[in-house]
Amino acid sequence: MDSPSPRWDNAQLPAMPAIAATAAPLLSAHRLAFARNDERVFGPLDFSVDRGETLLVEGDNGSGKTTLLRVLAGMLPPGEGECRFDGEPSTRDNRNGRALLLGHRSGMNESLSAGENLAFLSGLYGARAGTTVGSALAAVGIDAWIDEPLRNLSAGQKKRVGLARLLLLPGHLWLLDEPYANLDRHGIELVNALIAEHCARGGAALVTSHGAVRFADPDARHIHLTA
Amino acid sequence: MITVVQPTGDALGASNRVRNVVPGALAACRALLVRDFLLAWRRRGELFLPLLYAVIVTALFPFALGPDPQLLRRIAGGVLLVIVVLAMLPALESMFRSDLEDGTLEQWLLAPQPLALLVLTRVIAHWLTTVLPLLIVMPLLGALLDLSADVLPVLMLALLLATPLLALLGAVLSALAAGARGSGILLALMLLPLAVPVVIFAAGAIAAAQSGIPYMAPLSWLGAALVLAVVLAPLAGAAALRIAVEA
Repeated sequence: MDSPSPRWDNAQLPAMPAIAATAAPLLSAHRLAFARNDERVFGPLDFSVDRGETLLVEGDNGSGKTTLLRVLAGMLPPGEGECRFDGEPSTRDNRNGRALLLGHRSGMNESLSAGENLAFLSGLYGARAGTTVGSALAAVGIDAWIDEPLRNLSAGQKKRVGLARLLLLPGHLWLLDEPYANLDRHGIELVNALIAEHCARGGAALVTSHGAVRFADPDARHIHLTA
Repeated sequence: MITVVQPTGDALGASNRVRNVVPGALAACRALLVRDFLLAWRRRGELFLPLLYAVIVTALFPFALGPDPQLLRRIAGGVLLVIVVLAMLPALESMFRSDLEDGTLEQWLLAPQPLALLVLTRVIAHWLTTVLPLLIVMPLLGALLDLSADVLPVLMLALLLATPLLALLGAVLSALAAGARGSGILLALMLLPLAVPVVIFAAGAIAAAQSGIPYMAPLSWLGAALVLAVVLAPLAGAAALRIAVEA
């Protein structure tokens, strides 16, 4: 079912089951806009992301990429327009943990180890069938540091632990804010392989980038945000 | 809108939905408790500070007031009550601080779990790790001030009701102040008016026990307030955390 990625062939990605297809796109935004203190941050935007699709959000620093992702994740109320998840208005109950956010802040405690952090998060979100904390960390090449407190890891290694979180938690929509930051060449290939894998089994991803890293899939759709 | 539904994908998806079960509320609470206890263990040096503070202040009282057993015995209950409240205060401020800074609260918000339940669990973990040690050494501190053996159980009961209540109130305020700078002083100022009735009822019970009159009425009030806070404070705290994460 899952074809091994040609770009990242030495990593053993855990087998991930496909996600069901229904009629409505997984995420759609209609005239979505957000303003802070009466100043327009982005929008109005119209787009939809269906299962198996990746949407690349490009824009300069300060153009509202992070804010867009936070609105889509439901952490900020949209100022105007609406955002639909799986055909229904995007509410907490409707998303039910199916949207995963990987942001600038790791969401993990520096005093705890990678294994402890992931175990806690999978206690809240659940885990993908057939994936364990160990196998997710092994897939991103961090299994040797599983018991090391995160503060002893490098920025790139912490980023990889964040990627392991995407593998472990059963989310359908990945909201990735600058996933390439701090990663080496292999790490960038790993991100691309993970996104390709996720889309191949019916997931969807929104990826922000300031344009410095070439995105793997040349056919991926783009949104351009301007400051 | 027409989309072709592929049968194989759907079949796999159906089985996928069965296997990827969202953890129940109790499992989520347990995961959070385990994490908080682990963190508390990693920072166990910090947990000793309130304890040390309470012991030092209690030990200083007889020196400052003079070794008059009758005076000490009369003020012991009230002094210990105030010491516990003050020892709790610094730790309350940091209840959500580090989780807001490292983005853990964002993960709480996106998780398929009720945020209020996570807030309640956090308060329980906080009480167990920072307040329970204070209550455990309370008989020793009582002995330092010559607290009579009849009053000690009432003091313990009053503290068992008052400290969770203060922790719940403190959690709401801590969530409100989490995003602000210098939130420590802000929290102390906001908590003061809310702590006063709690202290009055707890002190009322202790004073009644010392004079040998019935002391259940103030304790019942404390219990009623605690029940109310257990229900309402997590909801208010969850709303405050949403605002803190938005900012």
